Amino acid sequence: MRNKIAAISFAVVCLLAVSVPLFAHHGYAAYDTDRKVTLKGTVTRWIWSNPHCMIQLDVSDDSGHVVRWITETENPTTMTRNGWTDKSIKVGEQITVIVLPVKNGNPAGRILEVVLPSGEKLPGRVNPATQVKPDESANP
Amino acid sequence: MLKHRERVVLVYPELRRAARRNFVALGVVLAALIFLPFVRSQTDKPRSPAPTAPGLDGWGRPITPLAKDRKAAPAPPHDISGTWEQPDGSGNQILGAKAVPEDGKPEHRLPYTPLGMEALKRTKPGNGTRSALPAEANDPVYSCDPQGFPRVDLHELRTTQILQTPQNVTILYQYNRVWRVIWTDGRELPKDPEPRWFGYSVGKWVDDYTLVVETIGTDERTWLDRAGRPHSADLRVEERFHRLDHDHLELTVTIDDPKMYTKPWVALDKFVLELQPSSFDVREMICSPSEFEQYNSLIGNTASDKESH
Repeated sequence: MRNKIAAISFAVVCLLAVSVPLFAHHGYAAYDTDRKVTLKGTVTRWIWSNPHCMIQLDVSDDSGHVVRWITETENPTTMTRNGWTDKSIKVGEQITVIVLPVKNGNPAGRILEVVLPSGEKLPGRVNPATQVKPDESANP
Repeated sequence: MLKHRERVVLVYPELRRAARRNFVALGVVLAALIFLPFVRSQTDKPRSPAPTAPGLDGWGRPITPLAKDRKAAPAPPHDISGTWEQPDGSGNQILGAKAVPEDGKPEHRLPYTPLGMEALKRTKPGNGTRSALPAEANDPVYSCDPQGFPRVDLHELRTTQILQTPQNVTILYQYNRVWRVIWTDGRELPKDPEPRWFGYSVGKWVDDYTLVVETIGTDERTWLDRAGRPHSADLRVEERFHRLDHDHLELTVTIDDPKMYTKPWVALDKFVLELQPSSFDVREMICSPSEFEQYNSLIGNTASDKESH
């Protein structure tokens, strides 16, 4: 029973997501831009490449159930403008990743922010100066 | 809106079972759902801008923006050489040509001919108001086809290096490390040329600071921009490179394709590019088929699946 309640609590925490401004980029049609999910997990893969960089991480809920998430940012050229480098993420580290989840319910998301073990935050979205205005969204 | 949130709770089997058996817990979820709109209304304010780093060039050295108070020196005549990029570091036009993005606004609707409208319907871009899911989009660059011309100006226009000789102006584009040559030696455009991805370009200085470039002979397989605007083999493009001062270059691009559009239209309107230090090393940015395959297998297809796992 404790685990069930814990599992539901985990879901509730995920659901108490705040809205974020709409913006669009490659493949945004797949994402639910009205929601935000916070993932705490262990990095299993870090791919710094085109078209988009990706972090794969194993996320456990309180009941010990592990879900492998795949999350994406943008291309390395754009991400260097947000303070990322190819060494920003390390396999095996515990990190927090805040994502826009995909609409179909699969464990995949678009990174809004990463919090490193040191507490340092890396913005996952495009440089605010270059982001699309809400009224130009792909998902109005 | 509510349906989405409920579905997310129910995709996890253990949550589904727990919800069925435990009404108290279910009540907690429902209460959360009921109160969610109030939470949202408190938090819908725009997020404060994320901290941004200056970025690194291809050599790993910090990119130093031009000093705000720098007094722009006069432009050298007949010279657009240098390393240029948009002041905010991104020339990536994600919703299509910057002057007329595919955003559903009536003023950005292009003057399609019936043939143009038909061709438009066959393109399935990954962005804009006509955006398709990643696995359903048919953007040629998703399989690493060349952007071609004029898409090099109207989509991934990132750091751009311009080299000049007395005979030509050569533009080196960051995306895919491609280049094109604009002949300024007085030659005419070719008659009935074999189409090629980047067409055939000739340029003339119309005054000390403005180079006007005409291009024909482009490949019909390319899209004009990321929004999937089509073109025919009859496409004629005019680029006006106008050097405003020492540090700034404006690019205006006009599309003329009577088969697809009833009249010429401006795709880039005085798009500003800023001069970078001459020591600037351009980052590599390549569309690699194997990297794209990796991306699709890890996330593109996952995001596009209709069924939840």
